[in-house]
Amino acid sequence: MTYQPSPLRLQREAARRRVSRQSTLVALISTIAIASVLVIVVTGAPGFKLVRQSFFSWHYAVSAFPHVLSGLWLNLRVMVIAEIFVLILGLLIALARTSHSPILYPIRLIATIYTDIFRGLPLLLVLFLVGLGVPGLQISWITNSAVVLGTTSLVLTYSAYVAEVIRAGIEAVNPAQRMAGRALGLTQSQTQSYVVLPQALRKVAPPLLNDLVSLQKDSGLISVLGAIDAIRSAGIETAQSFNFTPYVVAGALFVALTIPLTRFTDWLTRKQDRARVQQGQW
Amino acid sequence: MKKKLGIAVTVAALVGSFSLGFTTTASSAATPSLPTLTKGFLTIGTDDPAYTPWFDSNKPTNGKGFESAVAFAVAKQLGYPASKVKWVKAPFNTVIQPGKKKFDFDINEVSITPERAKAVDFSTGYYDVAQALVTTSKSKIAKAKSIADLANAKLGASVGSTSYATITGVIKPKAKPAVFDTNDIATQALINGQIDGLVLDLPTAFYVAAASLKDGLIVGQFAPKAGSDQFGLVLTKGSALTKSVSAAVDALRANGTLKALAAKWLSNTAGAPVLK
Repeated sequence: MTYQPSPLRLQREAARRRVSRQSTLVALISTIAIASVLVIVVTGAPGFKLVRQSFFSWHYAVSAFPHVLSGLWLNLRVMVIAEIFVLILGLLIALARTSHSPILYPIRLIATIYTDIFRGLPLLLVLFLVGLGVPGLQISWITNSAVVLGTTSLVLTYSAYVAEVIRAGIEAVNPAQRMAGRALGLTQSQTQSYVVLPQALRKVAPPLLNDLVSLQKDSGLISVLGAIDAIRSAGIETAQSFNFTPYVVAGALFVALTIPLTRFTDWLTRKQDRARVQQGQW
Repeated sequence: MKKKLGIAVTVAALVGSFSLGFTTTASSAATPSLPTLTKGFLTIGTDDPAYTPWFDSNKPTNGKGFESAVAFAVAKQLGYPASKVKWVKAPFNTVIQPGKKKFDFDINEVSITPERAKAVDFSTGYYDVAQALVTTSKSKIAKAKSIADLANAKLGASVGSTSYATITGVIKPKAKPAVFDTNDIATQALINGQIDGLVLDLPTAFYVAAASLKDGLIVGQFAPKAGSDQFGLVLTKGSALTKSVSAAVDALRANGTLKALAAKWLSNTAGAPVLK
């Protein structure tokens, strides 16, 4: 005998479809309404033509693009190198801060002071101190390259943020997991690397990626030390023409760079939520 | 509201001058009728900090320094005595932003170019500027005699300046130039040896070499064709004042005031050798 949905069920499904059709329609109408209000307000503004000319000029976008793109290549290299070092240093600091052994107390103390200082200091100040102060010491074996010193400043600041995120993940792992690991005969460090860290990192992956996206944008700040990145290239072009379109071009390129990473973060979060629902953790 | 306040102030000032029994002097006899931002007052913008030798002690209001003196001279020529001049701080990006500006004109070492003139109005030029290269005696380019000697130098400039264009267009060194937000940061990079030399406009170069650097020296200047790089006053595109302001600058040039002010406030720039 084939399955026959009951009349009640058919009724319920029809009602659901109706509601879903209705909400799609409402969403569509409200989107169109808000979009048209925005378009009317912006394009109807008395200065719209002027703003379009100075921020969205196709002529200047085309002429600035190659310069901005070559600046972006510097951003890309800086962000990749910085991200690698930030993750390594952040993990080490988080491990130091969550250690329990009394002999490691000084390291714990140093790690705490480090995160306190570098999370609190504005990045710009760190850039000036490291990028202009360190070369000022005139120590011959320390580089005075703006790019290297700027990247170092980014690593110093962001590893403090990332360390705190990873620490939160480590502390969110139930202590019973650690005990279970020890009960199975794993050493302290084996428990850490095979039981605690995998769970901790999985928990904090989305906020971690969030910090990395933020780092991508801040990579442009090293231009205060003289390096020519995408934003600085845009600034140079703008100074020549008094037209702000090059900044918009740089902005579009930055967005194009971060969207894949944010989508990846979203996807990861959803996947984890689904897994948790299936495991019955909710 | 603001407008009413401005009228009230003007009226009060007029009443005040009558009650004190002032007879209006010849220059301000024709009460300035220009359509300025605040009627009866001339609002002049410049950046903060305002650099020496163009200004003095970061105080545009004191009339000292070349550009401060020129600004007051232009104001007087337009019929605004010093007491009717208001100064506002105008960072570079607000000078070049689209639309109405918060000053009647801005004076901040802005070079006139045809491309920029599409976005803002310029007065006629009030100063012919040359670019110069500053370095320290320790630097490897301290003894450079020609542009060819600078091929391997790492040079710096400020963003927004024509100095950057001088590096990329005239000197063309192999290393990518370093570009800084302000002359202060660029000077620090030069002191640190992070750059070999710094390109600045000639009067600023003399000031930096003498006052900001301990062992600073001027390698030389890059002579442009006469009148090819001039500083101009910046006005809102299509401003009703542009004509009058330009006429005032022209008058000051014709009667020798600009030359006299340059001689007074800018060091003698004839000493710098021309690099070819």
